[in-house]
Amino acid sequence: MSNLLFLPLIIPLATAVACLLAWQHRSLQRVISLIGAVFLLLAAAVLLVTVQQEGVLSVQAGGWSAPFGITLVADLFSALMVCVAGGMGLVVAIYALADTEAEYERLGYHPLMQVLMLGVCGSFLTGDLFNLYVWFETMLIASFVLLALGGKRAQMEGAIKYVVLNLIASALFLAAVGILYGVAGTLNMADLARMLRESESSGPIPVIAILFFIAFGIKAAVFPLFFWLPASYHTAPMAVTTIFSALLTKVGVYALIRIFTLIFFVELAAWQPYILAIAGLTMVIGVLGAVAQDEMRRLLSFHIVSQIGYLIMGLGLLTPLALGGAIFFMVHVIAAKSALFLATGMVLRLTGTTELKKLGGLYRHQPLLAGLFLVAALALAGIPPLSGFWAKLALVWSGLESGNHYLIVAVALLVSLLTLFSMTKIWAAAFWKEAVVKGATDTLPPLSRRVFWKMAVPTALLTATTVLIGLWPEPLYALCMDAARQLLLPNAYIFAVLGVQP
Amino acid sequence: MESVFAVVVGILYATGLYLMVRRSIVKTIFGLALLGNGANLLIFTVGRLSAGRPPYVPIGALEPLPPVADPLPQALILTAIVIGFGVQAFALVLIKQVFQTVGSDDVDEMTTTDRIADDGGQG
Repeated sequence: MSNLLFLPLIIPLATAVACLLAWQHRSLQRVISLIGAVFLLLAAAVLLVTVQQEGVLSVQAGGWSAPFGITLVADLFSALMVCVAGGMGLVVAIYALADTEAEYERLGYHPLMQVLMLGVCGSFLTGDLFNLYVWFETMLIASFVLLALGGKRAQMEGAIKYVVLNLIASALFLAAVGILYGVAGTLNMADLARMLRESESSGPIPVIAILFFIAFGIKAAVFPLFFWLPASYHTAPMAVTTIFSALLTKVGVYALIRIFTLIFFVELAAWQPYILAIAGLTMVIGVLGAVAQDEMRRLLSFHIVSQIGYLIMGLGLLTPLALGGAIFFMVHVIAAKSALFLATGMVLRLTGTTELKKLGGLYRHQPLLAGLFLVAALALAGIPPLSGFWAKLALVWSGLESGNHYLIVAVALLVSLLTLFSMTKIWAAAFWKEAVVKGATDTLPPLSRRVFWKMAVPTALLTATTVLIGLWPEPLYALCMDAARQLLLPNAYIFAVLGVQP
Repeated sequence: MESVFAVVVGILYATGLYLMVRRSIVKTIFGLALLGNGANLLIFTVGRLSAGRPPYVPIGALEPLPPVADPLPQALILTAIVIGFGVQAFALVLIKQVFQTVGSDDVDEMTTTDRIADDGGQG
């Protein structure tokens, strides 16, 4: 049964290979990647249900027993993240049918996207630190090429910043892995947890923990290491930007949560005030950057940074409710933010611009699109009864409950207000205000019916997800709380990998 | 022996970081390559240096005679070198493409998408 763990890796890999074999046939590639995405989502859903029923699953690649071989582990957190990644992969694959230019497809868009999904799923499922490095690199090299594909000037400028900053992060990650091996003699995460989780924090261990924090912090775009993100994400095609914003920074956050709750727990508890300070600054800087922007994609890119702050806040508060809230928030923000990006892609396709000063009056022209954007925007700001409300409620509640974290709670609420301001500004400017040239929207050429629905259905699916989570949060909330308890008490994780009770 | 390696690793990191803060993207890529090599050498050093003790099992024995060199850091480095090679090859192609599109190798010239534009900028 635990061979199920290989499926989320084999499916994208096989799909990528099949796409490469069909190199000359672009329409065949589209069909293959769509089928691959459906199967990935199915496999991820089966994995999640299995983990829910049977507890933490693990499998040793090639039968080399832990800690010597490479281990794949799925607890509730990683299974849930794989499931979300699978869902995003499918949604973006549908959207890409309409949005991807023939030029990109000829340069290998479909196989690259599958390799990206392979790297993302691998990062979620691996139980070995060096293996995590390899999956990160798989994901990065695919993202480098996807970002630079097409070779426009803006993309080149974005790509050089993205590549250099991420390679620095990788070098730090690699150095941290090396030093940790020198100290502990193992890189199996469960084995490390057994050795380090309860032990006295001393010697080089805090230094190694800081190196990991910086390396993952760059990838997750936390303050003060976020500046590469708004400088590069907005330059790619919309489907690519969406999948980057949904998954790549979240893989960084996932790695932070995983490593720090499992291995460097002592350090995490000791650094709580600093981590909360970083979380607060990330929120504030991100949202202030967004408020200053006048271009939709750059504005939303800054909001990615701001939302990362909430996830780090959950990690910093370190109660079951806070961690569960952070996981809930992660699912919510992936759905809501992606819906916003996809809707922005439709605006770009309709009007040819995403500059707020040139837009206006789209509500009259596209009421459905305006409605989808508004719901997703309100969800991101945390208006009840949408998904963002429950996510923020859990985080704020746990901050108040702990009794001495009022400052971060105040910051979180203030940033929510600024997010709402920024979201209403973008919606009012693009959809509500009069068009810059009166009647300009009437002369816009309408999208063909097929293109419109291929773009609108994925957007609507994501928006519906945020509404559904908002109206019926209990199942997801219970799942996130169970995942958080597993993270804070990793006995089941360690037992599943090593076969011994810690 | 360790101290020599430590100094070399330090020099590689220092040189790499210095090159990366220069404005030329060519130097940035060289800096990245040096940083990667520094990290590899670091893993090699902290994985204990034991010269002339290959981890072989002698004929007739069940395990190698201690002390032996730990083969795992070397496997890690080998993997990291291969990955680094691929990434650096991509980076070289990228900077060539950047130079051809932007017409300069100066990072300060690559800010057209960063401005809060009212002249349209990139949209």
